[in-house]
Amino acid sequence: MNRLFKDKEHLVRVAGLFAAGIVLFVVARAVLVPKTFGEYGHYRGGALADVRANPVVYAGRAACVECHAEEGERWKGGKHHGIGCEACHGALGKHAADPSSLKPVKPDARTLCLGCHATNVAKPAKFPQIDPKDHMEGGLCTTCHDQHAPDKEPKK
Amino acid sequence: MEESLLHAVQGYMYPNEVELQWSILIVLYPFITGLVAGAFILASLERVFNVQAVKPTYRLALLSALAFLIVAPLPLQLHLGHPERSIEMYLTPHTSSAMAMFGFVYLWYLMAVLVLEIWLDYRKEIVLMARTETGWKKTLYKVLSLGVDNVSEESLRIDDKLGRFITIIGIPSAFLLHGYVGFIFGSIKANPWWSTPVMPIVFLFSAIVSGIALVMLLYLAVCVLKGVPVDMPCVDTIARYLFYAFLIDFSIELMDLIHRIYEADESFQSLDFMVHTRLYTSQILIQIVFGTIVPLGFLAFTQLVKLSESARRGIYTLAGVLTLMGIFAMRWNVVIGGQLFSKSFLGYTTYKMDFATKEGLLPAIVLLLLPFAILWALVKVLPPWEEPREAKPEPAAA
Amino acid sequence: MSQDRREFLATAGRVLILTAPAAAYWDALAEGKTEPEEAAYRMADHFWGMIVDIDKCIGCGSCVRACKTENNVPLEPFYFRTWVERYHVEPLSEHPEVDSPNGGYGGFPEKYAPGDKAKSFFVPKLCNQCAHSPCTQVCPVGATFESPDGAVLVDKTYCLGCRYCVQACPYGCRFIDPRTNTVDKCNLCYHRITKGLTTACCENCPTGARQLVDLKDPRDPVHEFLRTHRVHVLKPQMATGSKVFYNALDGSVR
Repeated sequence: MNRLFKDKEHLVRVAGLFAAGIVLFVVARAVLVPKTFGEYGHYRGGALADVRANPVVYAGRAACVECHAEEGERWKGGKHHGIGCEACHGALGKHAADPSSLKPVKPDARTLCLGCHATNVAKPAKFPQIDPKDHMEGGLCTTCHDQHAPDKEPKK
Repeated sequence: MEESLLHAVQGYMYPNEVELQWSILIVLYPFITGLVAGAFILASLERVFNVQAVKPTYRLALLSALAFLIVAPLPLQLHLGHPERSIEMYLTPHTSSAMAMFGFVYLWYLMAVLVLEIWLDYRKEIVLMARTETGWKKTLYKVLSLGVDNVSEESLRIDDKLGRFITIIGIPSAFLLHGYVGFIFGSIKANPWWSTPVMPIVFLFSAIVSGIALVMLLYLAVCVLKGVPVDMPCVDTIARYLFYAFLIDFSIELMDLIHRIYEADESFQSLDFMVHTRLYTSQILIQIVFGTIVPLGFLAFTQLVKLSESARRGIYTLAGVLTLMGIFAMRWNVVIGGQLFSKSFLGYTTYKMDFATKEGLLPAIVLLLLPFAILWALVKVLPPWEEPREAKPEPAAA
Repeated sequence: MSQDRREFLATAGRVLILTAPAAAYWDALAEGKTEPEEAAYRMADHFWGMIVDIDKCIGCGSCVRACKTENNVPLEPFYFRTWVERYHVEPLSEHPEVDSPNGGYGGFPEKYAPGDKAKSFFVPKLCNQCAHSPCTQVCPVGATFESPDGAVLVDKTYCLGCRYCVQACPYGCRFIDPRTNTVDKCNLCYHRITKGLTTACCENCPTGARQLVDLKDPRDPVHEFLRTHRVHVLKPQMATGSKVFYNALDGSVR
């Protein structure tokens, strides 16, 4: 044995160091790679559940009409049926889960309405737009339009 | 800060594009690994291709490569949002990502090529110093020798054979170490400034150019510092290789440029405008004119006209410095330039480089100076030349 | 059938599909069950995408605001999971004029005069949830990926913040969240769509310009829509397998 490694002992030691390094690497991998890694692809499978666990902030219109059936009926029958409730009333996920925890704030009608309905050259031509200066300047839109069904008479 | 960046936007940029993603640190990284690859190629000229003239720079080139390689991961670590997670590149490397290669290529090149080759070349001196040094130095050399005292003719012959073999493997390894960086950019179809098949080749050749220039300058500087005469055939040969490599590098880059101008695809107008405005100084002036054409001209001059030794030394020094500047500018223009224009081809932003922040100019300067400090330490432990040791009296034979 | 009635039925159809599972979710929540039944959702049954209808977008910015609220996106400029662009194409011009003031968060103040013979429209942008995504290809560690149900997601606990994916996205939809130093982007409100809800942007779009679609669901109106409309994806030459389909997309859109 000595004759085989004569003059090569230093190389044997180098090889030993490299081997030790590789072993260390393999062990480290076994310990440190997350358990769910590779379940579905080259990623941590647990990440899917992590993303799904993010809090839901908007309730979605289906939740609103469960309690607010009357407004829901009026809304479904009118020209604003395509607009979700929270688009105007703000995120109300908390309110849907527990109505007393968050009271929706009534939106400022004119600012809100003009956000969509003020004339703009880039808006599709068939979309109803008005020039705020010509159309009841400074006035409240809900005087003449029911915000939930604008093609109908406003609720008195 | 965000407000001022918005004002610097010209035309339209996708909102998330306004702030640059990769900073000067990412410019620094390919520059540093390029120096490593280039210095190694120069060293291999002697070891593998038997260009005896450059032998005086062999060890210096290897030590320089090591000094720069040690620093190479640092700009990346500073840049990462979560450097503590960088081990993930070793644990779960994504094989479709060129960047995932980094950890393994780096480790391979560091340990299996550079460190091993340096160790094999220096082993005789290490063992001798382990025998003759005292105190903590003795311990250091004993550790470096791995506790083996044998420096017989046969063992040194084996070392030499193995060292040559490692150098041969080292050449493609050096190509890989720096070529993959070029591929990191060249494979991004989303970015037309980067996406080109010649990117790895351009990076590699500019790396070789910068590495050769670095070793040449270091050699000249060390000779001046030690008050030792410069080996002119050595430096002349190095300068000649620098000239050839630079010619090839320039030709490839020029071909890419001509191709782009001729085809004039959808990105061309936007990129052309960028080069003539935001990138004018760094690309046209610094990289092309003063960083490529002028040094090429100087080097060509030395090849064509017989000049005195001191004139040649002066020109080589000037050409070397301009070359390094030009190659750094090339990295800058690739990395920063690739982020100054919008992928909508309708606008441009600015790179606001801070000074004393994590990715600012100050850390970049420190990281550029650090390898020289490391090289200084390496030279002290592993002297590249036979030092006449008359200053230290030999202790009584062990 | 009149356009109005057709639209109503299409929207109602979507609402109906989503109502049952959505209602179940809210009932469970109201009963105090913090973790609603997850077993109902099976990834293999879904392949998500979106339809964006340029003919309907009015640039109100509701989607941008809703997304930032739902997903806690930083309010500083530059960071958007979704944004809206306004295009203004002069006749015979080579390039359109494009702007996106704060991503369209506050709508678009008028800056053009009517009757100037130009073509103007709004284009909402978001992550295209590519089926062959170049961004997941370049992630060095597997921190961003395509889920089995077709959403491109980010694992925030694994991301290094190297920014390679941001560079690789041709659409500019990724950014680095400065609060976590990891990458962030539209994930199709994955936490909502896996519970039978629609995305925050689709929920709040007043004109139905944005519609979540499930390409694997035979009942989804998307199949009929794709068959009967001229749809495009952004940058088709990049072959990213984009699953956001634009109706009436103009050639000038970048």
